[in-house]
Amino acid sequence: MTDISQNSGAAPAAKPKGGSLFEKDARTKRRNAAEGRFKLYGIAAIGIGLLMLVVLVTNIVTAGTGAFQQSFLELNVELKEDKLDKKGNRNIEDIKKVSTFGYAPLIASALEAEVAKLGIQTDLSPKDMGKILSKAAQAELRNYVISNPDEIGKTVSFRFLVNSRVDGYMKGRVTRESIANDKSISVEQLDFVDQLRDAGILYKAFNPDFIFGSDASDQRPEAAGIGVSMLGSLFMMFVVLALALPIGVAASIYLEEFAPQNRLTDIIEVNISNLAAVPSIVFGILGLAVFINYMHLPTSAPLVGGLVLTLMTLPTIIISTRASLKAVPPSIRDAALGVGASKMQAVFHHVLPLAAPGILTGTIIGLAQALGETAPLLLIGMVGFIASNPPDGIVAGFLSPNSAMPAQIYEWSKRADPAFYERAWGGIIILLIFLVTMNTIAVILRRRFERRW
Amino acid sequence: MMNDMTRVERTVDSKDIKIAANKVQVYYGDTHAIKDVDVQIEDKTVTAFIGPSGCGKSTFLRCLNRMNDTIDICRVEGDILLDGEDIYDKRVDPVQLRAKVGMVFQKPNPFPKSIYDNVAYGPRIHGLAKNKAELDEIVEKSLRRGAIWDEVKDRLDAPGTGLSGGQQQRLCIARAVATEPEVLLMDEPCSALDPIATAQVEELIDELRSRYSVVIVTHSMQQAARVSQKTAFFHLGNLVEFGETGQIFTNPEDPRTESYITGRIG
Repeated sequence: MTDISQNSGAAPAAKPKGGSLFEKDARTKRRNAAEGRFKLYGIAAIGIGLLMLVVLVTNIVTAGTGAFQQSFLELNVELKEDKLDKKGNRNIEDIKKVSTFGYAPLIASALEAEVAKLGIQTDLSPKDMGKILSKAAQAELRNYVISNPDEIGKTVSFRFLVNSRVDGYMKGRVTRESIANDKSISVEQLDFVDQLRDAGILYKAFNPDFIFGSDASDQRPEAAGIGVSMLGSLFMMFVVLALALPIGVAASIYLEEFAPQNRLTDIIEVNISNLAAVPSIVFGILGLAVFINYMHLPTSAPLVGGLVLTLMTLPTIIISTRASLKAVPPSIRDAALGVGASKMQAVFHHVLPLAAPGILTGTIIGLAQALGETAPLLLIGMVGFIASNPPDGIVAGFLSPNSAMPAQIYEWSKRADPAFYERAWGGIIILLIFLVTMNTIAVILRRRFERRW
Repeated sequence: MMNDMTRVERTVDSKDIKIAANKVQVYYGDTHAIKDVDVQIEDKTVTAFIGPSGCGKSTFLRCLNRMNDTIDICRVEGDILLDGEDIYDKRVDPVQLRAKVGMVFQKPNPFPKSIYDNVAYGPRIHGLAKNKAELDEIVEKSLRRGAIWDEVKDRLDAPGTGLSGGQQQRLCIARAVATEPEVLLMDEPCSALDPIATAQVEELIDELRSRYSVVIVTHSMQQAARVSQKTAFFHLGNLVEFGETGQIFTNPEDPRTESYITGRIG
């Protein structure tokens, strides 16, 4: 090796041929410009995507957070014995004979007493005053009395839901102008609401019943909750996990590791990929035909929903499992076979553990997809079912009619009362929290268990 | 090259034939990859398969423990006898065969498990150890035979994939000998290794000769000359010449062998 510094001092540098390196020629300039433009397109595409995401999230959050809050009216109700238990022997069957309607006078008189105590001036009749409360208030009171019959004769403090118009007024959705044609509430009632609010007994508070409670009928949007349909979704996910994971993984292992490469397996392979792209409503029709009409499983049951969603999730799980099996280097299989392991030992001892993170990720993503699916549930009767009672035990959880979270959201969004609209958005927030959690778990699992070789 | 050849003592005693191949044909779909190969592999001898890329030497090697069974389109005809038994007989279970005929691959492929588990895996699945103490013994013995014991004895729980390339390959050799094979097949075991690691592995191969019949496929003629007693030269699917390594490299009979050795084809 010659010393370069010596050389450069002695010999003069040759003139650059064909132009200096410091000047870009036309072709290079064009290429650089094209590259620059392409980068710009990419940044623009990402920007648009992010913008959409921000708009979506802001929209959902602003429209949906209202559902987690509800307006309540605090009242001290005297549980009069002469109305609730005329015989006075606290027989639960006798107490149950008093219908929900029979509790209305108790609430009305409690409200009247409260108004008098606070010195609120109003022209409203006691009946009209009572109308600001939810129809669910009487039922709530009745349930309380039936489960605590010893409280009869005492005065108990309650926090009643107010009706959806009043709640809307408290949240700013309903105004004095917007109720001009509304027969269910009047300007006087809103004035009365203002007075109660100023007195501090009518206020907004966090409403756990929205998350844990059951759905309510069309007339009582303020009482509707997503809890029961959440249970429905949960039971469906159990079914999907219990069926789709073993079937999907077994099918993929067979296809990927054992099956001979021939026309039949090619056809199967193509069809699995096609199944992944089949519209989910088709699976719904299939479920209706096979599980309900042919096998006579109960309609609207989470078991049937789970079966249908299993069919829908299987291709996703099979495709992702096969991809992760394929990603395991063949040298590992060779190594295992080379020391005399059988094919099954090679797969179960070496290939499967390496593919497990990918399989788990695929399964969780498949589950998340199934969790958000509405269309197939439409045809097996889970959409439109009013999930008003939580299932009674685990078997009932699978077999008794229920709804599911996305079905519940769809149901709320098509109901007339605008108060349901807010609940639909609130439901979407809960659903999204579930999905984001599941995807995060998938990412964490993949990070943690991914092994390098 | 002449220096290399004198390294291994070339004793030419008559030894038992371990593997005898007669008129072996291998087809990949329509491609006739191996044509009419007859070869006799002796016990306690290193036999080298040399030849240009794509000549079929690796394919033939993989026939010897039926690793080609894993390739759907591959078809083998002819007889390959291990101790006089046809390994392609219907009654032969390839899994059992592979326990007798171990294999070391081109790229070091330790399992992504601990060094101990790498070696212990074979004995475990074949039930060679009755208890932990016996297994420990097998692992130590195998690692010693793989000439890697001193380097890893303090970190048997460390992952096998964390070793250097040469160490990984010696670990793979230790793993292969742990199941007490009778024949050890090596498919270009040094092609992914640096010269120092290569030298270590070659030395190891020479030691392994005392216990096993070793068949090694190599691209490097120097390596074949250094480690083997017998050499087979493959060309375009034919076994062109098979004989004593010294004779093949100094006085080949076939003009194709001579051309390859002198670097004119390849």
